[in-house]
Amino acid sequence: MPDTPNPILELRGVSKQFELQGQRVEALRDAHLRVHKGEFVCLIGASGCGKSTLLRIVAGFESPTVGEALMWGMPIAGPGPERGMVFQDYGLFPWLTVRGNIAFGPQSRGRPAAEVKDTVERFISLVGLQRFADAYPHQLSGGMKQRVAIARVLANDAEVVLMDEPFGALDAMTRERLQDELLEIWQRTGLTVLFVTHSIEEAIFLADRIVVMSPSPGRIESETAVLLPRPRDVVAADFNDMRGRLSQQLHSHHGRKAA
Amino acid sequence: MSLLLEAGRAAPAAAEPASKPRAGLLARLGNPLLAIIFPLGVLAIWHFFTYGQKYSLIPPPSEVAVALYDLTFGGIFDDAFSRTLHVHLLASLSRVYGGFAIAAAVAIPLGLLIGRVAVVRRVLDPTLQVLRPIPVTAWLPLAMIMFGLGPRSAFFLVCLGAFYPILVNTIFGVRSVDPRLFEAASMLGCQDTAQFYRVVLPASLPAIFTGLRLGLGFAWVVIVVGEMTGVQTGLGAIIMEARQLSRTEIVICGMIVIGIAGFISDRLVMLLGKRLLRWSPNFA
Repeated sequence: MPDTPNPILELRGVSKQFELQGQRVEALRDAHLRVHKGEFVCLIGASGCGKSTLLRIVAGFESPTVGEALMWGMPIAGPGPERGMVFQDYGLFPWLTVRGNIAFGPQSRGRPAAEVKDTVERFISLVGLQRFADAYPHQLSGGMKQRVAIARVLANDAEVVLMDEPFGALDAMTRERLQDELLEIWQRTGLTVLFVTHSIEEAIFLADRIVVMSPSPGRIESETAVLLPRPRDVVAADFNDMRGRLSQQLHSHHGRKAA
Repeated sequence: MSLLLEAGRAAPAAAEPASKPRAGLLARLGNPLLAIIFPLGVLAIWHFFTYGQKYSLIPPPSEVAVALYDLTFGGIFDDAFSRTLHVHLLASLSRVYGGFAIAAAVAIPLGLLIGRVAVVRRVLDPTLQVLRPIPVTAWLPLAMIMFGLGPRSAFFLVCLGAFYPILVNTIFGVRSVDPRLFEAASMLGCQDTAQFYRVVLPASLPAIFTGLRLGLGFAWVVIVVGEMTGVQTGLGAIIMEARQLSRTEIVICGMIVIGIAGFISDRLVMLLGKRLLRWSPNFA
């Protein structure tokens, strides 16, 4: 599958170096990645492995030092509505209500008011926030904020959703619930998702394919297709097998680094 | 199920009023009561040390109260001060709000520019930083030369006093917008200049508001100094004139009126802020 033509996203030999207090830090080295339309890909690895950097390059917030990042074969020149980002810290506009936050994208792109209104209502009900449509972000729980952040990106016709540890700050129950909802939305809409996490279980539960990354310098270590049927059972034997294998891969980098 | 849990977590905000009235009533009665204890104590001490004392330079509270009545409604002393309060209050109000409005009209756009445009910041910021520590009172002689003796000098000083708090807070507000919000806006398709209106302006509104509030406070502080420049009317003028005539009770009346007017105007600004900034956890 990785070699089928026309990937929606492609990284070709992408490296990223930062200047940090006069020192050159290599956040990402020679990353190659192809993501196909409708795929759910998880990036996993210890902190400093460059997974967030990779995501931010795809988002257009950073540009590669070497190599190129492409969407539908065209170089990514900057952030754009076709690549929606969901941040761990939500990034909602505190002065706008739930409605206002979801309407922000369509309004910015000059959509007619009636259409914006329809879109907003549709996505508010998609994420189940009808009762809180006029609440401000500071009145919402973390899970609800993240729902708004997801709805805001979907309402703006994003083809690719980039998620940077979106459920990392939530309690376990809310996290599980949102994982289920995200999978449901993904299956229904045919979105492409690039999802950064540090939880092996989350990656296996969600992804079609898991990209394992390792630190210093950040690089892509290996890719594993997850062929388990959905919905996945986190206590099933094959789930556990996979968890063990991935855990070993991740820890072997630590071992090698310590040695 | 977790939706219910989450809803439950957010619900207390809505469910609270049901259990609130009792505590609310106590608090509502308690706060003004607590707030009044200290001033009553001060009044008592003031009365104790001044009442019935011959040759006391400070009049007792009762004399001040009578003077305040005469100043407002007349009919007791029928001198030059009787029934003139409204004239002075109006004169001061118009200078305070006029100067404040001009200060805000200049400081807010300037602050937005300095905060947002690097070139403007490099050109203007050093000069403004050097001018800032100069107290408003130090401008008084120069103001009198530039604007002559009279209300225009007072106006200028009030304007200057209100200017810096508004400017500094506006710059701070613009500079401290969470960079995440720019990323969020740009990935939603709102870029460049559009971000100024849709992100920078609303995000810095609470800081701008704090600046306005401080600026208005300063305007009330400066008004007395401003009206010492040979103005005929105004609360500052009345205080100066009464001082020269050794009418200390009128001086104290002027102070009280400035205190109350300043307090009320601050409350009005706060109310406006609460309405406009309902979204901000710091104002709501």
